[in-house]
Amino acid sequence: MSATANRALLTVEHLTMRFGGLLAVNDVSFVASNREITAIIGPNGAGKTTVFNCLTGFYKPTIGRLTLDHGDHTFLLEQMDDFRVAQKARVGRTFQNIRLFPGMSVLENLIVAQHNRLMRASGYTLFGLFGTGTYRHAEQEAVEKARYWLDRVRLLDRADANAGALPYGAQRRLEIARAMCSDPVLLCLDEPAAGLNPRESAELNELLRFIKTEHEIGILLIEHDMSVVMGISDHIVVLDYGRKISDGSPEHVRNDPAVIRAYLGEEEDEAEAAR
Amino acid sequence: MAATSQPRFAALSGVGLVAAAKEAGLAAFIALVLAITVIGMRTVDQQGGLGIEFRPTVVGIAVGLVFVGRFLLVLWRQRARPLDRGARERVMDRIGAEVLHYSKYAGISLFALAVAVPIIWSGNRYVVDVATLVLTYIMLGWGLNIVVGLAGLLDLGYVAFYAVGAYSYALIALHFDLSFWACLPLAGLFAASFGVLLGFPVLRLRGDYLAIVTLGFGEIIRVILLNWYSFTRGPDGLSGIPRPSFFGFEFTRRPAEGETAFHQLFGWDYSSMHRIIFLYYLILVLALITNFFTLRIRKLPVGRAWEALREDEIACRSLGINPTNTKLTAFAIGAMFGGFAGSFFATRQGFISPESFTFVESAVILAIVVLGGMGSQIGVVLAAVVLIGGTELFRELSEYRMLAFGGLMVAIMVWRPRGLLAHREPTLLLGRTTAAGGGGGP
Repeated sequence: MSATANRALLTVEHLTMRFGGLLAVNDVSFVASNREITAIIGPNGAGKTTVFNCLTGFYKPTIGRLTLDHGDHTFLLEQMDDFRVAQKARVGRTFQNIRLFPGMSVLENLIVAQHNRLMRASGYTLFGLFGTGTYRHAEQEAVEKARYWLDRVRLLDRADANAGALPYGAQRRLEIARAMCSDPVLLCLDEPAAGLNPRESAELNELLRFIKTEHEIGILLIEHDMSVVMGISDHIVVLDYGRKISDGSPEHVRNDPAVIRAYLGEEEDEAEAAR
Repeated sequence: MAATSQPRFAALSGVGLVAAAKEAGLAAFIALVLAITVIGMRTVDQQGGLGIEFRPTVVGIAVGLVFVGRFLLVLWRQRARPLDRGARERVMDRIGAEVLHYSKYAGISLFALAVAVPIIWSGNRYVVDVATLVLTYIMLGWGLNIVVGLAGLLDLGYVAFYAVGAYSYALIALHFDLSFWACLPLAGLFAASFGVLLGFPVLRLRGDYLAIVTLGFGEIIRVILLNWYSFTRGPDGLSGIPRPSFFGFEFTRRPAEGETAFHQLFGWDYSSMHRIIFLYYLILVLALITNFFTLRIRKLPVGRAWEALREDEIACRSLGINPTNTKLTAFAIGAMFGGFAGSFFATRQGFISPESFTFVESAVILAIVVLGGMGSQIGVVLAAVVLIGGTELFRELSEYRMLAFGGLMVAIMVWRPRGLLAHREPTLLLGRTTAAGGGGGP
């Protein structure tokens, strides 16, 4: 109820993902809360994206339970198909290598994101074919929502351009806006700051903070850019070789010797001593 | 101008000519090797069996033509300003956009022309028949455009649905004595359910694999029609398929006792052209329904989801779009229009056999969609007129039909890989909705 009562939105328990002989994620457990930004960091190949793909239903985890709590209803994500995770459990996501609909306009990208609501409004196409008022009204609403997010990500003037024609940074922002148009309760962002210049990443921080506070949803973030991670995260989970090596506030993680070792390697004298 | 005249000048200097002559010589040599056996020798009837006649003059002419042709081609290439691919694409894109911009007027004038055809050529059965054929292919093209152009599912077996539609109409009409108007929706329904039937197993496949499976499906349907003799009468085909009536008024010279024929309804003299013209308008209406349906559904969530699925399936999944259902609807609706066209085909011909539904038909329909520009409605019309009307026009040269067909395909793929009029307009614009305001304008 109050600002302090951030409930656990996503609970990950003993998540393990094995690809043949490769143990990509090994017994990882953590909690992501509502109205918080949780960052997952770690060196390359630590299993961050695999965790994301398990959460969003693209992979079926080998072991583990992924519980998403809507407050009145809980979903077990590991048992759901990818599109149902987005549709029913309302987990939105972006991709490491941007996946827009490049041949469609910016506005259409955001309208497609509201597909399920519009489908219902168009009576699964039957009423829509005859152009009934319900559908026109719903479409108008969808356009308004798209306009709101376009304004947020400063793309209002490019609304009718092809999404593929946008510059890189704008495509990243559009992908976030598109995910937000699907009304998620948990937003998973896979390296949203990759390839952005410092000014753009500062903007991104601003946007994510806005989403967190104004829309009161949880954000899960994979990121390499430490200025983004340390600047906005409320909670950081560190993975290395598929295992969780640290979990806590940015302050805690920054000073955790295990994290320093994973990122910078062992110091020379320690290595000497070990020998 | 100065920049372009310089290489032109250089090309005409000795170096360019020598290089061109060298290349032309090489081409001529290859032509000579091929021509000696292919056209240089001819078998003739002789006393005591076949003899071989040598034709050195013909070989000489062929080699000379190749030499001159190649020489001129190389020279022209040296002189021609290299137009880079990007610039060409942009030019063609602009043309596509222009055409699309004027397509409202083009559409109306084409429609007016289509309506006028049987009036202008009311006595010429051949013209009306060809126009009917072209319209059938336009309708098939528009139907396939839903599957290939919008949903991006490469379907090489579209003729299967055409066949299902034709046979459903014929069998229902023959066995249950239902009228054309009752059979038409049933045939569409049957074709659509076959679309779903095919859709289920192939949904996991993408691109080339999907194309191969649909190709196989088309052949399976044809082979079943050919071999299930007790049901489809196999290679003998089905004949005596009822002709359509004008809402209950038959097109006959002497109607049965107590019934009125079409010409009596209007007090005209009987003419066999009445039915031909009626069939023409029937397919025109069916094709227009297909067109308006497609235009409408593009602006509905399903249509947008089809296009999104064509662009990126994984992104669609991440937005909660059920890819299975979405693809199935595309298959089913595309198949349904194929089925409508099929029942029209059956009622027009009065006779159908599996021979009408070979793979070549699928290829022609797909070629119409691809040449016209995937997803472009007016492009389909253009391509159907060129491909179907063109082959009819050059019927005497039918031996070279496939050659011209292939040449056209290659030329389009080289010059305009996305099709002649491939230009997509967004299905809704923010600018327009802003102008209408929040007041709920039309």
